Amino acid sequence: MNSFAGLHFKTYLLIFLMVIFGPLGNVLLGKGMKRIGMVSIGTQAETIDFLSHVLRSGTIWLGIGSLIIFFVANMLVLSWADYSYVQPASSAAYAISALLAHFLLHEVVTPMRWTGVLLICLGVLVVGRTPPRTTESM
Amino acid sequence: MLVFVLYLLIVGAGTGGELCVSRAMKAVGEVKDFRPAALVRVIGRALRVPWMWAGLSLMGTAFFSLLAVLSRENVSLVVPVTALSYGAGALGGKFFLGERVTARRWAGVLLVCIGVAVVFLGQR
Repeated sequence: MNSFAGLHFKTYLLIFLMVIFGPLGNVLLGKGMKRIGMVSIGTQAETIDFLSHVLRSGTIWLGIGSLIIFFVANMLVLSWADYSYVQPASSAAYAISALLAHFLLHEVVTPMRWTGVLLICLGVLVVGRTPPRTTESM
Repeated sequence: MLVFVLYLLIVGAGTGGELCVSRAMKAVGEVKDFRPAALVRVIGRALRVPWMWAGLSLMGTAFFSLLAVLSRENVSLVVPVTALSYGAGALGGKFFLGERVTARRWAGVLLVCIGVAVVFLGQR
């Protein structure tokens, strides 16, 4: 693989990880917190009780793990790729969320939302046709 | 007025934080070895760059501002406003990181910006 193709491959791979693990982490954290339910953290005992619930939730740990993968992938890709390339390209996460909501969770996705998803995909395609790196390391 | 300041913090501090993280990672240099031990060393090196800490602090500020705004406003209003981050990101990339933001990249950023706003306005 030449360096140009290699650069594109590793950029796409890490943005793919960000697009998958970012929304997944948020969904898992949301699910975990909903399972714990409304909490009061007014006193020290209530705070400790809340933290022990959080730390014993497998879903929350999976969510935290997903978000760590997202953040590390983000850090790594930014070590060579432009921020103005990575930021819009990773917005494909919005499209993935809508597709997951429609096909896996059978949620109603309104035509307006599909229009937004289409615009994001178009934007990502347009940005994806620019070079990922336009600077040298600082 | 307070809500306006909070929106400014979400967009400004959030994007500023990511730009600082980007600057820190550019200082660390291109990652070429993806073995776990090498990745741990890269993260260790990144944490010794002051820009990384500035970035994490700004991102933390943006996160808590977002929580504060969400306690006052509906998500369907807040998130489209945060789509402005894409415009701010392209400007920051150009002026803070010295990236070459071409007309094509600006067009893509604009489409993403509008798309994110439309997605959230379309959530019924």
